Amino acid sequence: MTVTDEAPVGGGTPRSGEALVELADVQKWYGQLHVLQDINLTVSRGEVVVVIGPSGSGKSTLCRTINRLEPVDSGRILVDGSPLPQEGKALARHRADVGMVFQSFNLFAHKTILENVTLGPIKVRKQSKAEAETRARELLERVGVAHQADKYPAQLSGGQQQRVAIARALAMEPKVMLFDEPTSALDPEMIKEVLDVMVDLAERGMTMIVVTHEMGFARTAANRVVFMADGRILETADPETFFSNPESDRAKDFLGKILKH
Amino acid sequence: MENVLANFDLVLKAFWLTIQLALLSGLVALVLGTLLAAMRVGPISVLRGVAATYVTLVRNTPLLVMCIFVFVAAPNLGLFVGMPFLLKGTIAVGLYTAPFIAEAIRSGVNAVHLGQAEAARAIGMTFGQNMRYVVLPQAFRASVPPLASTLIAMTKNTSVVAVFGLMEATARMRDFVNKNSDDTMLIFLVFAIGYVILVELISFAAYGLERRWKAAR
Ligand SMILES: Nc1ncnc2c1ncn2[C@@H]1O[C@H](COP(=O)(O)OP(=O)(O)OP(=O)(O)O)[C@@H](O)[C@H]1O
Ligand SMILES: [Mg+2]
Repeated sequence: MTVTDEAPVGGGTPRSGEALVELADVQKWYGQLHVLQDINLTVSRGEVVVVIGPSGSGKSTLCRTINRLEPVDSGRILVDGSPLPQEGKALARHRADVGMVFQSFNLFAHKTILENVTLGPIKVRKQSKAEAETRARELLERVGVAHQADKYPAQLSGGQQQRVAIARALAMEPKVMLFDEPTSALDPEMIKEVLDVMVDLAERGMTMIVVTHEMGFARTAANRVVFMADGRILETADPETFFSNPESDRAKDFLGKILKH
Repeated sequence: MENVLANFDLVLKAFWLTIQLALLSGLVALVLGTLLAAMRVGPISVLRGVAATYVTLVRNTPLLVMCIFVFVAAPNLGLFVGMPFLLKGTIAVGLYTAPFIAEAIRSGVNAVHLGQAEAARAIGMTFGQNMRYVVLPQAFRASVPPLASTLIAMTKNTSVVAVFGLMEATARMRDFVNKNSDDTMLIFLVFAIGYVILVELISFAAYGLERRWKAAR
């Protein structure tokens, strides 16, 4: 992995800071299914929060409400002090400030790697092509795929594609990054290369909300672990405490299952 | 004597008009069809309704009805008055073909993975930008075969305007047959081959585009 000597974003004490993402009393239903129940979560600037929990517990949904890919039925969601706008231009602007990395990468299939990273800065941030390309090449360098810049996504491995997806999100200079199981579609040998990029990002002070079952990542990079089950946040703790000493039976049961294999 | 080979310049002139009609109507149909497709998948329900109504109405109406509307009925309403026949033909065939194009592109839009549009939204693209830079380019790539069949059908459909006095290929063929019934078989061959060449050009272009876009899908 490329290591650069850039200072962490946000200056001296990136880990401390005021609330950047706030969810208060958030409720969401899919028909009869109460998929998010009484969600209260505050993520400070520079904080890394790992969300963990059994399948179907609402982790992806939680992640997706923060950039309103999923609207909620009630409750408040604030990003950097301002509530999420309704549909339209204001919402688009809000989304530009919230980076998102998907399980299935979702790189633009008809664009080269470089174009994938420059499209948002050029069309959404209105940067010049030259400016966007310079920055994109820096980011591709940082995530270790600079030499693939002119290829198409389908020509890259899953791990490479996911690193490009991270670069694409970073190119928008987001305030916070959301990751929804970024490594679960990857072959085991590619998981590390993606996690390394994420750890590097955390060390630079990026605010991150990461849905993942990678305990190694949680232990190295997370400030907090949030455990979800059945649409509720059941437990919030620092990684060491959570993994060695979970409080709820659901968490004990869940950890028992994922530790077995 | 109106021998078809001796008057080959008339054949060429007639096919040139057919080509102009096909290119212009094709342009109208592609632009309008893309717009209709975007309206149909868009977030504004009024526009979705308008587009769906237009598609249903026109797709289920014979081309001749559209032609009679443009050439005969519309001027009574003060529309298209004094417009050159070529443009009237373009409007009739273009308006008629647009819904078929729209449906071909819409099937292409449905073939584009949902994650593509979602990723575009996640970096802050508006619906219009999402369509223009992410979804439609991929939808076009996915709908080249149905688009080509639609454009082929449209090229042959341009012959309907012969009824309204445009001396395009079909009208010229009828003219030759009327004046020289002995050569019927030869006349038929000459004009059939002309149409075959036009249609093959479209197929060839479609094949080229498909090959070129293979890597980038
Ligand atoms: N669009 C939808 N319509 C209806 N139900 C949905 C929809 N999306 C998700 N669900 C349901 O909501 C619940 C929570 O889904 P979600 O994807 O948030 O869970 P998750 O914790 O991310 O699970 P996984 O670990 O499998 O990714 C599940 O029961 C799921 O079936
Ligand atoms: Mg999920």
